[in-house]
Amino acid sequence: MDSNVIEMSGITKRFPGVIANDNISFSVKENEVHALLGENGAGKSTLMSILFGSYDPDSGSIRIRGQEVNIKDPNTATALGIGMVHQHFKLVRNYTVTENIILGIETTDKFGVLDLRTAERRVEELSRMYGLQVNPKDKIEDISVGMQQRVEILKTLYRNANILILDEPSAVLTPQEIDELMEIIRRLKSEGKTIILITHKLKEIKAVAERCTVLRRGKCIGTVSVPDVTEQQLAEMMVGRTIRFDIDKAPPKIGKVVLELDSLNVRNSRGVQSVQNLSFSVHAGEILGLAGVDGNGQTELVYAISGMAPIESGTIKLNGIDISSLSIKERIHAGLGHIPEDRHTHGLILDFSIAENMVLKNYDATPYSSASGVLDFDKMRGHAAELIEQYDIRTGEGPGMKVKNMSGGNQQKVIIAREIALSPDVLIIAQPTRGLDVGAIEYIRKRIVEERDKGKAILLISFELDEIMNLCDRIAIISRGSIAGIFNAGEINEHQIGYMMAGSVQDSRSEDVLT
Amino acid sequence: MKKHTRRGLSALLLESDGAISVLVVLLGFLSGTLLILFVGRNPVGMYKAIVQVLTGYNIDRGRWYVRYVGEWLTQSMPFILCGLSMGFAARVGLFNIGGEGQYIVGLTTAQFFALLGPRIPYLHWFAALLLASLCGGLWGGIVGWLKARFEVSEVVATIMMNYIALYASRICIMRIPGTNTYKTLDYPVTALLQNSVLQKMTGGSMLNLGIIFVGISVVLYWFIIEKTRLGFSLRATGFNKDAARCSGIPVVKSIIISMFIAGAFAGLAGGIVALGSFKFGRVLAGNDGYGFTGIAVALVGNNTAIGTLLAGLLFGMLSSAQPLMESNSIPKEITFIIQGLVVVFIAIRVGFRMIVGYISKRRADREIIIHE
Repeated sequence: MDSNVIEMSGITKRFPGVIANDNISFSVKENEVHALLGENGAGKSTLMSILFGSYDPDSGSIRIRGQEVNIKDPNTATALGIGMVHQHFKLVRNYTVTENIILGIETTDKFGVLDLRTAERRVEELSRMYGLQVNPKDKIEDISVGMQQRVEILKTLYRNANILILDEPSAVLTPQEIDELMEIIRRLKSEGKTIILITHKLKEIKAVAERCTVLRRGKCIGTVSVPDVTEQQLAEMMVGRTIRFDIDKAPPKIGKVVLELDSLNVRNSRGVQSVQNLSFSVHAGEILGLAGVDGNGQTELVYAISGMAPIESGTIKLNGIDISSLSIKERIHAGLGHIPEDRHTHGLILDFSIAENMVLKNYDATPYSSASGVLDFDKMRGHAAELIEQYDIRTGEGPGMKVKNMSGGNQQKVIIAREIALSPDVLIIAQPTRGLDVGAIEYIRKRIVEERDKGKAILLISFELDEIMNLCDRIAIISRGSIAGIFNAGEINEHQIGYMMAGSVQDSRSEDVLT
Repeated sequence: MKKHTRRGLSALLLESDGAISVLVVLLGFLSGTLLILFVGRNPVGMYKAIVQVLTGYNIDRGRWYVRYVGEWLTQSMPFILCGLSMGFAARVGLFNIGGEGQYIVGLTTAQFFALLGPRIPYLHWFAALLLASLCGGLWGGIVGWLKARFEVSEVVATIMMNYIALYASRICIMRIPGTNTYKTLDYPVTALLQNSVLQKMTGGSMLNLGIIFVGISVVLYWFIIEKTRLGFSLRATGFNKDAARCSGIPVVKSIIISMFIAGAFAGLAGGIVALGSFKFGRVLAGNDGYGFTGIAVALVGNNTAIGTLLAGLLFGMLSSAQPLMESNSIPKEITFIIQGLVVVFIAIRVGFRMIVGYISKRRADREIIIHE
């Protein structure tokens, strides 16, 4: 039976200055997995927020199972059986799974006392039914991000949702967790649910979705049957031009060792040993990728190299000199560049202009500062204008624009321009493309390879295996604060890396033998 | 055309903190006026008093009394300096509640040096002010050091330091020979900030040489924050401590320096009040309150040099209008209410923004629809 469970027709939504949804029609069949594909800002989230009642459309109509409905708020949507799992979880960290799930619809006995037991049983039941393996009594702060996402899914199921909207669900997951999520989606489908998957990851669409609707700049480009199209075709529909995922890379011209870590030990701020006896070196002219699941010591390692946190023991040598006891500033002068993982916390001062952010590391040196400490803002603006041009940064207002008013991709370009302009010998790059759209990702990856070809040593930390596989000349796998193995690109496949990331070195070895 | 200017106004209110401050002050006066009407008095009396403070012109008698302008400026000096103190720390992301304590330390230092220091003309008062500023700075710097080194909350530390300053000041001043329970002996003439030229110009007001230092302070504040390497690192620290640190800016140093400079402004205020407005040293019975009002001044002035100058003048004006309002049978408490309302309105600035933003968005929405 091919009945449409959701029919949104002629949906238009304007925000001041932009049309987020321009006459979009979108329909989903009963019990299908329907992907909604588009770049950041294409209007996916707006469209789903309209369906979920968070926004009012300016025009257009919504039919659920043939009935015209007016979804004025999320409660109406819930009553219609629509549930949404947001990208950023809305969970109370020190409550249990069950407490979080029943929040807002608590059942009480006749004295008004919370009836947790019944709720727990129901959560348990649902969890078993859909293979979610969630313990209803666990506290949120004790469970992994992947589990937290399942709690969000349970939350919608508990409210009897039969249409589930998943907003970029894999953004926070490890490769293995993503596989499990795909399994969960299939299970949900087999139990009769309808699923809308908002994503920009083509692999996932190919893995689970039956049909896919592509949005671009607020317009609906079309709906396709997923088995009939290739990833490349989907990508072209999304971006509107031919794009390349694989980067043309000349073979690396590997030079001398530039950065050398030797039996490094680091404790994090809570005193936990997060980096253990870690050693590796990065050569001039190569990109060394550090693959690993978030939370296996990468953050602490980057802090230790950049000087943001002290080390316990070991050495960090840059061009043969131990920098492990130098200040952050001294390390920068020694030739260390750092593109931090969290651009808003560590990379940029959002209330500063582009010009000021561009000189954040050398504002105190000539030509921007005189010997007496008076700054030359004209020079800063001139410098910024050059980099804006060179890196194709879209500003709208030029060097004086505040960075907080820019898009994520352009913000990241500001950081990359700043770091590359300082021409460091070694560049530590953490998660350079997280949250960016395809165009920006393509550009940033190209720039990183260019720096390699100029003979810089690059250490790339990424949680996205694709990125590691695509860019790196050598791949080191980090697990529980130690290096589980270092391989030349091409010597190891994604699956083997995945196993080593999870810490099962033995498994991957034995699999090697078998295959 | 009219619509255009209206949109311009709401855009201005959305973008400019200064515009919001002006709006807030106007609202404060409007509320004050309504309040006077409410208690059955004539609000014109308040505005007459204000005009006389600002220009020296007494509308009822039709005569000019320049002295009032002098008193207004004298009254404003500690407000401006304490506002700068609060503002400077705020630009680095610190909440300096300790202006009062730093003011008291400056005042005490100045009194000591005035009574016990070498009586060399000019150098005497100059050195006293310098020392007052230095000691106020050290008093603030201690808090900065505690914050930077041991992560002690500057709010708690400054509040405690205020108490220490007040009682330590009492103990120390009472030790000076000749001091009774509330005052010391008179200062030697060489320590006084009085200046005959300034007094003559302002009809015999208390206006003194402190005004020059206030002017220098305002310019210095602007110059340090906006134009120097130090200011850049301080502002960066204030907006985002983590990013500043990550870029190699010495955050710990920034915090200590900023609290030192903040304290120096408040200490200078103490020195100017001690040697400019009194002929003898005081054994403080309680807080003068300038340090606390400075918080409000900086808030209204958006922590900018020029804004704090104007806000300080506003608070000084309200304060010196009080006796004139009394004589116009307006309760002087109205001025405190206006001050309070201005601060409350400033505090709900975010709310103002949201309302203005919402209204202009609605209008923009409607226009798009009309255009199609």
